[in-house]
Amino acid sequence: MSPKSKKVKEAAPAGGDVEALSFEAAFEALEAVVARLESGEPALEDALALYARGQALAARCGQLLDRAELRVRALTPEGTLAPFEAGEAEG
Amino acid sequence: MTLPLPFTTEPGGETWTVSDLNRYVRQSLEADDRLQDLRVRGEITGFKAYPSGHWYFSLKDSNAQLDCVMWRARAERQRYRPRDGDAVEALGAVTLYEARGKYQLDVSSLAPQGEGALYREFARLKARLEAEGLFDAARKRPLPERPRRLGLVTSPAGAALRDILNVLRRRSPLAEVLLAPTAVQGPDAPRGIVAALQRLGELPEAIRPEVILVARGGGALEDLWAFNDEAVARAIAASPAPVISGVGHETDFTIADFVADLRAPTPSAAAELVTRFSADDWRAEVDALTERAGEALASGLAARRAALERLQARLERLSPAGQLQLARQRLDDLEARAAVAVRHQLALARERHNRLTQALNAVSPLAVLGRGYAIVRRPSGDVIRRAREVQAGEALVVRVSDGEFGATATGAHS
Repeated sequence: MSPKSKKVKEAAPAGGDVEALSFEAAFEALEAVVARLESGEPALEDALALYARGQALAARCGQLLDRAELRVRALTPEGTLAPFEAGEAEG
Repeated sequence: MTLPLPFTTEPGGETWTVSDLNRYVRQSLEADDRLQDLRVRGEITGFKAYPSGHWYFSLKDSNAQLDCVMWRARAERQRYRPRDGDAVEALGAVTLYEARGKYQLDVSSLAPQGEGALYREFARLKARLEAEGLFDAARKRPLPERPRRLGLVTSPAGAALRDILNVLRRRSPLAEVLLAPTAVQGPDAPRGIVAALQRLGELPEAIRPEVILVARGGGALEDLWAFNDEAVARAIAASPAPVISGVGHETDFTIADFVADLRAPTPSAAAELVTRFSADDWRAEVDALTERAGEALASGLAARRAALERLQARLERLSPAGQLQLARQRLDDLEARAAVAVRHQLALARERHNRLTQALNAVSPLAVLGRGYAIVRRPSGDVIRRAREVQAGEALVVRVSDGEFGATATGAHS
């Protein structure tokens, strides 16, 4: 590994495992990757690695968008959060 | 003289036509301010909505009855549709229907009894909060553009919740909904709504909703009344997150609507407003970023290629191969010039040599030797020019025209 490949890691959030990222984290990382690529600073090898990472991040975002299911939790009077199952509405 | 008159005309009485009198009475009534802006309480009877759109009915109490008319333009705006037997409060002006000489109330609005009082209370509270600046446009906070955590203050069993969740599922399934369930009608509703808003506001910032929807489906005016409560209005104003109200139908306006940062006409509309940036928009954004990444990479590669080509061109200009070629060319040139020069010199030298040879022949000692002379030398090469240079017995070399031979001096000079 060239010493410059460290920079690739810097552009990514800590814990670079794309599959574990939340949508926000993946999206932000993707934005960072694009900004870095557009700066034209990374060496060629790093730019290629960044691009590959950007593709993985975009795929992760798409996957999360496709799989997303609205999460509804109820805030009880005691201030605790509990999953909320929408029952039959009264009308 | 006695006239057989059926009537006696008393002096002083004025004579009117019916039309004139009715017009005069109508104008008198309409000139009386007290009769032009009044509320009348009574029970509806003989209600009739005509195809023309006008409403005709009477108001009565235990002793009396009053004819009423509500013209189409006003009847159309009326949310409450009266029925016989309803106790109502009518707002209107007294006038007279000249054709029938019948006085009547020209009704501008009609509300079930009690509602009138509610409305006045509403108007007073609205005026007070407005004067306090609670409705000022400057207080309105912008909604977050892409909120992920949405707070919901509504009934857990209401149509409003169902409608909102449907919209959110369709438009923004990435969202997280925090429902603070509360009654939204009845005497406990205001307190419940206030508490729900506070609970959401008190959540740690990391999980606190970025925007809060306060919602309730349509209903009768009194069903929406909790949203005209002062404490509810103040809780909305105090919410750390911006609040969207979506209460009732499009035509319903509540105090909550005025104080909220944004009023949506219905709960579904409120849900649409918080999801203006939908999942599809996110998708488009991700695609756009991916495209930009590709373009950045491609342009980076192209720039490097161009730089490489420029360097190659420079390198070629600086190459020793070029200089070698140049040097070789110069060398060839020089060689050619040298050859010409040498040939010329040779020719000159040859010519001079011929000339010298001839001249030499003319003075050559060999020519003299040919005539019988000889040159005597010592073996060292010294030419003997005088007899005294020779010792007796000395070895000498004698050169004649065709060669040499050795000789010995037999005697010395005497």
